[in-house]
Amino acid sequence: MDPAIVQPLMELGPPLVLLVAAYFTGRYIEVQHYRDIRRREIRWRNLAAVTFRQVPKAWSVEEATLVTGSVVISVDHFKRFLAGLRMIFGGRVRSYESLLDRARREALLRLKEAAAERGCSAIMNVRLETSRMASSRRKGKATAGVEVLAFGTGLRLRRSAA
Amino acid sequence: MIITNTETVPGRTINRFFGVVSGSTVRTKHIGRDLMAGIKNIFGGELRGYTELLQESRSDALERMIQEAESLGANAVVNVRFSTSSVAQGAAELFAYGTAVQLDQGP
Repeated sequence: MDPAIVQPLMELGPPLVLLVAAYFTGRYIEVQHYRDIRRREIRWRNLAAVTFRQVPKAWSVEEATLVTGSVVISVDHFKRFLAGLRMIFGGRVRSYESLLDRARREALLRLKEAAAERGCSAIMNVRLETSRMASSRRKGKATAGVEVLAFGTGLRLRRSAA
Repeated sequence: MIITNTETVPGRTINRFFGVVSGSTVRTKHIGRDLMAGIKNIFGGELRGYTELLQESRSDALERMIQEAESLGANAVVNVRFSTSSVAQGAAELFAYGTAVQLDQGP
């Protein structure tokens, strides 16, 4: 074969294969994760997580304790590539939106699970914090992932007679 | 020790304020975890090693904050906040702070 054709192929091949592999695995992981999130959201629907700073009058609190839930999620290579393209034209970066959405919902679910483990039936003053985790490679410019921390005050409620 | 992130502890009254107490820890992950994260960075998904690391560090910071509150004679810390800042490549400071208070005897 003509080396003029083979050489660009040899150079472009591995990154292209990586991109395609990242697309399929990233997609698979995301679909699985969303399925898991939806299933657990239905399961924990009755555990109220509210952003109120004061206890609603109807609640009779027996015990209060701090609960947290956190997760670090990484974006895949393909989505990073897409976001890179987006940066040329500007606009919504859908691939990152879904990453943050997954991270927030996962953190909230873990918060609820941690609260349930301690016998709480409601969480008040829920706060969400997002921070970017830098990788130590590429001089810290490469993003290792985003961390979302959800925290709040878990409440053990007295069963009211009403 | 009662810890909350609200200004008061529901159902209890605050008798005394001791002021701000805090706890912090600076951590970095080891090479193995970073390597795994590098692979995950290509294929996506949760970086479990990092999640665990941050959870451990955060509860460490909380523990130190609680110790400080105990040494002051407090029996609760209210309005607890967290903050994370990366001080260097691959190293992060986890910081927890709140107000140490003394509550009345519970019902």
